[in-house]
Amino acid sequence: MSDDGRITHVAGTGVPVRGNDIDTDRIIPARYLREITFETLGPHAFEDDRKQLNGKHPFDDARFTGASVLVVNRNFGSGSSREHAPQALMRRGIKAIVGESFAEIFFGNCTTIGIPCLTLPATQIESLQSLIEEAPETALQIDVGSGAITAGQATYQAELPASVREAFVSGEWDALSSLLESDDAIAAVHDRLPYISGWPAR
Amino acid sequence: MGQTLLDKVWGAHTVRELPNGQTQLFIGLHLVHEVTSPQAFQMLAERGLSVRYPGLTFATVDHIIPTDGSTRPYVDGMAEQMFVAIEQNIERTGIPFFDRSTGRQGIVHVIGPELGLTQPGMTIACGDSHTSTHGAFGAIAFGIGTSQVRDVLATQTISVAKPQCRRITVNGKLADGVFAKDVILAIIGRLGVQGGVGYAYEYAGDVFDAMSMDERMTVCNMSIEGGARVGYVNPDETAYAYLQGREYAPKGDDFDSARQWWSGVASDADAAFDDKVDIEGESIAPMVTWGVNPGQVLGVDELIPSPEAVEGLERRSIEDALDHMKLTPGAPIAGTPIDVAFVGSCTNSRISDLREAARVAEGGQVPAHVKALVVPGSQQVKVEAEAEGLDDIFRSAGFEWRDAGCSMCLAMNPDKLVNDQVCASSSNRNFKGRQGSPLGRTLLMSPAMVAAAAVAGEVTDVRALAAGKGATNV
Repeated sequence: MSDDGRITHVAGTGVPVRGNDIDTDRIIPARYLREITFETLGPHAFEDDRKQLNGKHPFDDARFTGASVLVVNRNFGSGSSREHAPQALMRRGIKAIVGESFAEIFFGNCTTIGIPCLTLPATQIESLQSLIEEAPETALQIDVGSGAITAGQATYQAELPASVREAFVSGEWDALSSLLESDDAIAAVHDRLPYISGWPAR
Repeated sequence: MGQTLLDKVWGAHTVRELPNGQTQLFIGLHLVHEVTSPQAFQMLAERGLSVRYPGLTFATVDHIIPTDGSTRPYVDGMAEQMFVAIEQNIERTGIPFFDRSTGRQGIVHVIGPELGLTQPGMTIACGDSHTSTHGAFGAIAFGIGTSQVRDVLATQTISVAKPQCRRITVNGKLADGVFAKDVILAIIGRLGVQGGVGYAYEYAGDVFDAMSMDERMTVCNMSIEGGARVGYVNPDETAYAYLQGREYAPKGDDFDSARQWWSGVASDADAAFDDKVDIEGESIAPMVTWGVNPGQVLGVDELIPSPEAVEGLERRSIEDALDHMKLTPGAPIAGTPIDVAFVGSCTNSRISDLREAARVAEGGQVPAHVKALVVPGSQQVKVEAEAEGLDDIFRSAGFEWRDAGCSMCLAMNPDKLVNDQVCASSSNRNFKGRQGSPLGRTLLMSPAMVAAAAVAGEVTDVRALAAGKGATNV
C-alpha cells in the first residue's frame, strides 16, 4: 500500500488452503469474538482446523511462512458476517486472496479493510495451488488494476468487480471518507423518509 | 415494466452513486449487539466522529449473554468486559439500549420485530449476517461487518452494490409436520449455499402468503445460508396485523397512513426479476442436515448421500463432511442417535416455534443421556410462553428452560457441545465447531423435529407424531 492508501500491487509468496465453502466460523472460531479488539486475532486464524490437522494445515507448514497471498477454492468466507475473519487473516500477514468465489459479506469486509479478493476459474485455482505447493518460494505478483497475476513463469488473468478495483487503485477502499462527504444529501434522505420524519396526515 | 420491492426501497434510500459505482445507501434502522460493535465505537472515537443519528440505532445484548440465570459480574471475564464496553458506548452516545433490566432484551432479530421497530419499506442493517430476518416485513435488511457498523454510526449510510433479484415461488400447501424451517432448508438444498451470492431473494407464492410473521422470519433469516445477503416477503395484511399496537409501530391515523405507504413498496405485478425459481410446497418433507453446511440437507425419510456419485472437490466436500459427522453413506438419517437437543436461535425461538416444540414434547420424556434445552428468543417471548404454560410442558418432559439469548447457536456463552456430541438443533448453521466444540456435530431441523428427536433420543420423522397429536401446519 502506498502512503495515500492506493493498493495497486500485492507481491509476496502464496499459501493454498484447499476446500469449498470454508466458513468464517472456521477462519476464526466464535470464542475469539469475545475480544473487544481485532489486534490479537492473527495467531488464531483457522485455529480449530489446524488442531484437527495436527500441524499439517498450510498455516502451520513452515514452507508457507510469511506468505501474503492466500489461494482458496469456492465460496470462501461463507456464513457469519464477522469482520474478525479477514482481520485475523490480515494480522497473519495476508494481503490479498485469490479464489474461485467468495461469500458476499466476507468479500465486502475484505475490501473495507484493504484486502483485494480476486477470482479465477476453478481449474486455474487448482493450477495455482499446485504450483505453490510444489514451489512455495515462487514469487507472486498481483496487479490489482488489471487483475494480472504472475507466479514465477506462469500468468493468470483474474477478475475483480470494476467498482472494487477502482476503490483499491484510487485508495478509497475504506468508504468512510467519501460517505462523510455527502452530509447534506444524507440529511435530505433522512427528511424525506416518512417512517423517520413523520407520516403524512390523511 | 414494474418495479420490485428491492427497486423501490433501494431507490427511496439512495443518497447518491459513489465514484466507485456503488450506492451510498441510507440505513433507516440500525441494530447493534455486544459482539460486533466495540471495535466500531473504538474506530469512531479514533477518528473523532460522533453518532450521526443516535435515535436510529437500537442496541441489545444477545450473543454472549449467559442463559442459565447467571448475574453480573459474569464469571467469564471476557464476557463481562464486553458488557462493560457496550454499556459505556451506550452511555456515551445515547443510543436506546434494551438490556435485561428493561424486560425487552433478546436476540436482536427477535426483538426488532417484536417491538415494532422493524417495518415494511425500511433499510435495516446490523453487524450480524442474520439481519436478513427482518425482510419478512418487506424491508431490505442485511448483515454488515464491523467497519460498516462504524460507517452507519458515523453517517447512517453504507457503500454497497445493489443486488440482483431472484423470485422464489413456493405454491401449493405444506404437509402436516412440515414447517417454515423445512421450506428454507429445501430451498438452500436446491439452490446451494452459494446460489444466492449477488442476489436478493423475494419469497412469493401460496406457502409464504399463508405463513405467519414468525414463519416468514424463519425463512428470511436463513437467506444468508443460501448465499443471499437479503431475503424478503412482500408486506401484506398479515404483516400489518402483526405490527398493529406494537411499541414502536405507528399509532392511530399514522398507522393508516403508514399502511398505505407500506403497501406501495410491494413488488408490482409486472415487476421484472433477474431470475425465477418455482418449487411445489407438496414436495417438501421435514428436512435434516447431514453435513457441515446448510446445503447438505435431505428429507428425514431419505438416505445419507454417497461421495461416489460426484467428482473432484465436490466429492472431497462430501467425504470431508461425512468424516466429520461420522455418518455412513447410504444409511437412513432417521434413527441417528443424538446427545443434545437445542430449541432456540434467531431462526426458531419465537412463540410459535416454542408452541410447536411443546406440542411435540408434551407427555414425552427426554432420555437421561440427552441434554435438551429451550432458549426463548427474548424476555417477552419467555413471559408469553410461561403465561401459556409452555415452560411447564418443557420442564416436565425433561428440557431445561432458559433465559433469552443466542446460546448454543454459536456457543459464545457457556452453552456448548462437548467433544463430538450430536446436536439436533433449531438453529441455522451446522458448520464445524459452530456449537462450541471443534468436533461437535450439528443436525439442523425444525423446532418440532428437535423436540421429536429429544424425546426419542434419535432423529425421528415428526409427521408420525404430528398426525397423532393434530398439529397444525402453515
